[in-house]
Amino acid sequence: MAGRVEGKVAFITGAARGQGRSHAIRLAQEGADIIAVDICDEVPGLPYPPATEEDLAETVKEVEALDRRIVASRTDVRDLAALQAAVDDGVAQLGRLDIVSANAGIGTQPHPTHELTEELWRDMIDINLTGVWHTTKVAIPRLVEQGEGGSIVITSSAAGLQAYENIAHYVSAKHGVVGLMRTLALELAPHSIRVNSIHPTQVDTPMIQNEGTYRLFRPDLENPTRDDFVPASQAMNALPIPWVEPVDISNALLFLASDEARYITGVALPVDAGAVVK
Amino acid sequence: MGKLEGKVAFITGAARGQGRSHAIRLAQEGADIIAVDICKQIDSVAYPMSTPEDLAETVSEVEALDRRIVAAEADVRDRDGLQAAFDAGVAQLGGVDIVLGNAGIAPMGVNVLPNEWDDVVAVNLTGVYNTVEVAKQALIERGGGAIVLTSSTAGINGIGGSQPGGLGYTASKHGVVGLMRSYANSLAEHSIRVNTVHPTGVNTPMVVNDVMQEFLQNDPSLSNAMANALPVPMVEAVDISNAILWLVSDDARYVTGVTLPVDAGFTNKK
Repeated sequence: MAGRVEGKVAFITGAARGQGRSHAIRLAQEGADIIAVDICDEVPGLPYPPATEEDLAETVKEVEALDRRIVASRTDVRDLAALQAAVDDGVAQLGRLDIVSANAGIGTQPHPTHELTEELWRDMIDINLTGVWHTTKVAIPRLVEQGEGGSIVITSSAAGLQAYENIAHYVSAKHGVVGLMRTLALELAPHSIRVNSIHPTQVDTPMIQNEGTYRLFRPDLENPTRDDFVPASQAMNALPIPWVEPVDISNALLFLASDEARYITGVALPVDAGAVVK
Repeated sequence: MGKLEGKVAFITGAARGQGRSHAIRLAQEGADIIAVDICKQIDSVAYPMSTPEDLAETVSEVEALDRRIVAAEADVRDRDGLQAAFDAGVAQLGGVDIVLGNAGIAPMGVNVLPNEWDDVVAVNLTGVYNTVEVAKQALIERGGGAIVLTSSTAGINGIGGSQPGGLGYTASKHGVVGLMRSYANSLAEHSIRVNTVHPTGVNTPMVVNDVMQEFLQNDPSLSNAMANALPVPMVEAVDISNAILWLVSDDARYVTGVTLPVDAGFTNKK
């Protein structure tokens, strides 16, 4: 049986690990070739270790094990010229472009809004908002020129639809990409290019499984652990689970990228265990 | 292996149009079907409604896929009749996992008919409430499940015109969202997920008929309001079925409380 995205090429940012790696594998399982980028480097002030070149190499290995092709590069979504070069190189090698997953993003340590430093605010907006715009900007000309439509999926967050205290920079960036999604959906509809956003609740990845998130959710404890995080995280969700798995986001991405969703555009799709409806 | 192997789906309005498409699509993925439809005319509805022959055709198409189907003529406004049809299906098929509140009417026309408001609210809102109520306990006993309620772009936007039927349509389709959100919260502890789909115009007998086309053409503000962002005039029933299939499958195991437009960008364009 043909895969659900057989013969397509997907450009994925933040693909070294976590959700991005899961997306690369899930789309490859369904027949897509992959253009993968990741910064694989430190961003100052993050409460968790950054993705590494070894992580990106593991993504390459796992996609190749599925007999799909992958062009991977160490690229920062803040660097527009480098990102353009990465997608151009990928398209040159893989022949086309159909799917864009703007996934790269950073988490943060909690601070009351007025106590955020300029650097924390700027890095967040640069990566989680401007980086997403960059990702779409470098990919859209090829999609339009190809003339066969396409599917752009932006990874927002439950925090792109509602407020959470003490992470104003994250909430602002994740709301911002919804505006970008909606505008692009309008602009690109005449080209049959669809644009949607996914809004995960907590996903079990390094971005949330770290001391910073534990402190955000358990300000009552001096040294909160993963176990302490479970009930606090679950309290966010309507369904009786603390978090979802990366593959759950990948399955939503796969649906939106496939022909099963050929007329879905301009949609903000929560995959959030009911965090928004609760 | 299908995505819904071993599951049972209860579908209202299953004689034709989207409901029949859902029955077939879910059966293709391995589900058995409990199908109900009124198979009768409602006086305030000017276009022809479904018939017993339509429902028989759904039965034959599901059976052609080697799946089982228990079909009954039942009116979603009649809680007791609906409960009896549901119970008979569960008794024969062994339980229920999926509930699709799909039955709906669109009593809009150039000529306003008596009871348009009352009928559309009774079918499209109370009927959906009845559908969930008759199935809820069985889902809880099953230990989880998925409910999808069919709303509309008119469940998000103020479209439908200013006559009683159109107002009632828009009000009822908005009302379904409130039901969905409340059920999503109250049933979450039982791992029952509840979502809505919001189609733009779908190529079915409810939309593609002389009465509806005359109604839309008579009021340019309505026909303009029906324009999609993507360059397609309508979507097909299978597009709604594919969205529902995703929502009820394990691929969406943690998706609940969501309003999912399948609307070719209509809502975002407004």
